[in-house]
Amino acid sequence: MDFAPDPELRAIEQEVQKLAATFGDDYWLDHDERKAFPWEFYRAFAAGGWMGTIIPEKYGGAGLGVLAAGTLLRAVAGSAGAMNAGSTLHLSIFGMGPVIHHGSEAMKQRYLPPTATGELHVSFGVTEDDAGTDTSRIRTFARRDGDRFIVSGKKVWNTKAQQAQKILLLVRTTPREECAKPLDGMTLLLADLDPAYCEIREILKLGRNAVNSNEVFIHDLPVPSEDVVGEVGRGFYQLLDGINPERIMLAAEAVGIGRRALELAVAYAKQRVVFDRPIGQNQAIAHPLADSHSELEAADLLWQSAAWAYDHGDRSGGKTNIAKLRAAEAGFRACDRALQTFGGFGYAREFHVERYWREARLLRLAPISQEMALNHIAEHVLGLPRSY
Amino acid sequence: MKKILVCLKQVPHKDARLDVRSDGSWIQDDNIKFEINDYDTYALEEALRLKDQGEAEVVVATVGPERAAQALRTALGMGADRAIHIWDDALAETDGLGIAKALAAAAKDENFDIIFTGLMSDDANCAVTGPMLAELLGIPHITAVVKTEFKNGDVEVERELEGGALEVASLPQPCLLAVQTGINEVRYASLKGIMQAKKKPLDKKDLGELGLDAAAVAPKLTVEKIFVPPKGAGAEIIEGPADEVASKLVGKIKELGLF
Repeated sequence: MDFAPDPELRAIEQEVQKLAATFGDDYWLDHDERKAFPWEFYRAFAAGGWMGTIIPEKYGGAGLGVLAAGTLLRAVAGSAGAMNAGSTLHLSIFGMGPVIHHGSEAMKQRYLPPTATGELHVSFGVTEDDAGTDTSRIRTFARRDGDRFIVSGKKVWNTKAQQAQKILLLVRTTPREECAKPLDGMTLLLADLDPAYCEIREILKLGRNAVNSNEVFIHDLPVPSEDVVGEVGRGFYQLLDGINPERIMLAAEAVGIGRRALELAVAYAKQRVVFDRPIGQNQAIAHPLADSHSELEAADLLWQSAAWAYDHGDRSGGKTNIAKLRAAEAGFRACDRALQTFGGFGYAREFHVERYWREARLLRLAPISQEMALNHIAEHVLGLPRSY
Repeated sequence: MKKILVCLKQVPHKDARLDVRSDGSWIQDDNIKFEINDYDTYALEEALRLKDQGEAEVVVATVGPERAAQALRTALGMGADRAIHIWDDALAETDGLGIAKALAAAAKDENFDIIFTGLMSDDANCAVTGPMLAELLGIPHITAVVKTEFKNGDVEVERELEGGALEVASLPQPCLLAVQTGINEVRYASLKGIMQAKKKPLDKKDLGELGLDAAAVAPKLTVEKIFVPPKGAGAEIIEGPADEVASKLVGKIKELGLF
């Protein structure tokens, strides 16, 4: 086993850290407070070609794997931008996975190059209010109408829907009751997010406010059949090529954000003097920080192991969910302990750790809750009976 | 086509924690992050701008251990065409002259039109390698360069003097320019650049391959000790109400001619 750092991954990390560092905490605090999309940051990364990390070279990308994309996003989330920065970029990076793996040649030629340059924004449209994690119960339906589909329904938690021109929509094309298996009968569409048929409403939320999350109401949206990704009726299975990389990349981001918070906390603990000594000299401060550091190191190995497995063809998802579970926990705990280290100031916006804390909390809920990750591990890794 | 050499050094990262080794020989650098010396990044950018303007080959060279290859890869990712990585155990203890000799040996048959270096290194702060390299190659050099203009085989430069004054000078090519920080805006390596860097040549050379031996690079200067000055020595604490402290401090600054 070789743990020597890969030179290419190190180069990626270094350059991304340098570029991300040009956008400091004040930039992100301002954008978070104003709920303003960080266009300057987005354009800087698009210009560097980073949106095309996993897009094949043939379509204008770099053709790298999830390990490289995770390295990129760990560095991005480890900057002052934390999850705001990660979410600005990551949909463009993993969102097109199903298109890369299952899209028609014409679809790839048309949509992958502008995704790689950053011109095309794609939102992810899977989750629905009434279905939640039970994806088989989605109700958004696409009925066939000659050479096109007509889609109606409602999606929720659509990140960046306000910027996106396209939405990768998971829809039912056969009602659940008529399918042999509950997850059959769903289809993926790379649909236009056309305001004439789609109404977008922003969801106000706890954190990560520079990047919008939305509800999308879809009324009779026409989608030509060439915008079907892969096979009609196989959409859920094809979507897994976006979902697993998403979990791995968000685990990497959780490690990044945790490290960022820890870095600020350690610097503060060294410099803040109370009762004539730096507070970091007190074990009540030092031990939690040391403990979080070790948790983050462990989580860092887990996501890399999951990414490596995925890049080598393992689609089982066990390692992915383990990495997501542990990284989300380690990342949030590090932010929470950082906030505690700052004492009362930790609650003040100008010290920034409260922003990291709010954002890291999201990772215990998304892209999948900790509980559902545990269910996956219990059922698919340990072989326990399915609980739901 | 112009041939340009950029000499760069890998130094401890700005954010790296720096502790002095217990024997006082150097800093503890076993497990810290490194980066390209800040001055050298401006030198590299200046060379890459010449390449952007027309036909030029940009070669980067460094003297440093295995880890220094990362600095060369970064430079290749930013747009340099090929790299020369010079290392030999005998170079571990060498001084600025030894490094200049190794670089000169690598450069002598290449007939570079222009050699760029940084003005000095962030870690050792000697500011000697560039001038020594130029002397060993028998070409003119100039330091503290803040602006360059290339015309008709000459280079016109502005250099920084004390107190904000500038000096304009001109040199024939080939020549060596040691540049000051801040003279341009250094680019970031793009993802494509990093990918292409893998395919660019990175030649490793030891002393034998450069026609040198350990005796040739034996240090003429010995570092006795590195240490952090004890706290408090030479410090004057001004105490009292804020307005008094401020006015005393202003007086002190004026008295010392610092402003």
